[in-house]
Amino acid sequence: MRPNDCKFLKSHEWCKIENGIATIGITDYAVSHLSDLVFLDLPNKGASVTFGESFGEIESVKAVSSLYSPVSGEVIDSNKNLPDNLEWLSQEPFGKAWMLKVKVTAKSPDLLEGAAYDAHCKAEG
Amino acid sequence: MQATALESTHVALGARMVPFAGWSMPVQYRAILDEARTVRTKAGLFDLGHMGRVKVHGRQAEAFLQRLQTNDAAAIPPGRIRYAMILNEQGITQDDILVYRNPKNDGFFVVINAGNTARDLGIMRDVAKGFDVVVDDCTNKLGMIAIQGPLSQQITQQICKGDLAALKYYAWMDTVVCGIPMTLSRTGYTGEDGFEVYVPTGHEKQVWDAFMAAGEKDGMTAIGLGARDTLRHEAGMPLYGHEIDETTNPLEAGLDWAVKMNHDFVGKAALEKVLAAGGTGRKLVGITSSSKRCPRQGYPIVSGGTQIGQVCSGSISPTLDTNIATAYVRTEFAAPGTQLEFVVRDKAEPCTVAAMPFYKRAR
Repeated sequence: MRPNDCKFLKSHEWCKIENGIATIGITDYAVSHLSDLVFLDLPNKGASVTFGESFGEIESVKAVSSLYSPVSGEVIDSNKNLPDNLEWLSQEPFGKAWMLKVKVTAKSPDLLEGAAYDAHCKAEG
Repeated sequence: MQATALESTHVALGARMVPFAGWSMPVQYRAILDEARTVRTKAGLFDLGHMGRVKVHGRQAEAFLQRLQTNDAAAIPPGRIRYAMILNEQGITQDDILVYRNPKNDGFFVVINAGNTARDLGIMRDVAKGFDVVVDDCTNKLGMIAIQGPLSQQITQQICKGDLAALKYYAWMDTVVCGIPMTLSRTGYTGEDGFEVYVPTGHEKQVWDAFMAAGEKDGMTAIGLGARDTLRHEAGMPLYGHEIDETTNPLEAGLDWAVKMNHDFVGKAALEKVLAAGGTGRKLVGITSSSKRCPRQGYPIVSGGTQIGQVCSGSISPTLDTNIATAYVRTEFAAPGTQLEFVVRDKAEPCTVAAMPFYKRAR
């Protein structure tokens, strides 16, 4: 069910790179394990992100989690309607709940293909 | 990892199971805030099989408890229950516990935190060396199920022989629940009316199902540890590892009402020194904040840019519809109404010292 043109981090972010632009979000697995989301903090357009480093935070009723970037580069767009519509994350984590679009200068060496990510999720339970 | 007798029941109900204090426990069956609302307005059923349960009997059971814990065991009448703490010689809290004097006055029962059970049993057995007393760990001989919420009595009375209307808060009795002899207390950790039953091992599922059958039509549901934490926090009840831990004494935690200085308990001398010094300079307070961010354990509390405290627990309160927290702050900042800030990701958010408990049910 996860799109086969996405790559994944073990920390459950996904990215889809087209024409040098990465669309970034978090996976259905992340959303179901966070549960009861209440707050999302994303960087603004023009900010820079670095692969492996935190680009934002997502908060559930019980915990705060950092979001890690799969790529480095400049944020050219941020889904500014998402923080007020967190239910999109459970509805379409790979669709309208995208978080950032980044002009890619470097990619994380730890990106997983779909099958490897599926196996990782299974191992985490 | 240990599992309670009800683990497969939780899984069948769709629970998300998490490791908690060495046990696989349900953190939630539904959205946590919805579960909390169900308990405040109707009733909820909790599996508490992970909590430590210890029977204490023998000629010197009372004298042993006077040494072990802070409350006055001699003043507990038969069938009544008191909140207390176990301290070390330095007056630092090792656990918070409930002490029950048996209804027939033939001994005591102690309920302790899952995460501290091994240490508590070690302390109990050490202290017991000086007394003619038997410390009997019953954690695996008894299940424990709680029903909490305003409908608790009418639901429980359908399956319980004893007269629940006559049972006072923090009292317990020997009774029969769905045909099985067991003990039942009017206690809980949510700020609501409710009961906890101590079920002979092997009957947990039968008792759980009987509660469900009696309560489901009134909207009662199973409730996980996530909502339990939110509920206890709204009710101003401390949680070991948050408000009280290996770095705090009960006086600064505002738990002096559970410390009776009329008997010689472990840690008393250290507390006398704290009292003589006029306290430790800090105090546990309630905090409310309407910020978009919720204060969380470990976040600094600042005033005028200087750190003056730290958050112990933070919750989104569905009952008060705001963020609530507890924090240790320097005493001069502890008055309700004091404007402070908490720091999240290097950003200061406004918050206010508030009287606890945040929530008190109408009686």
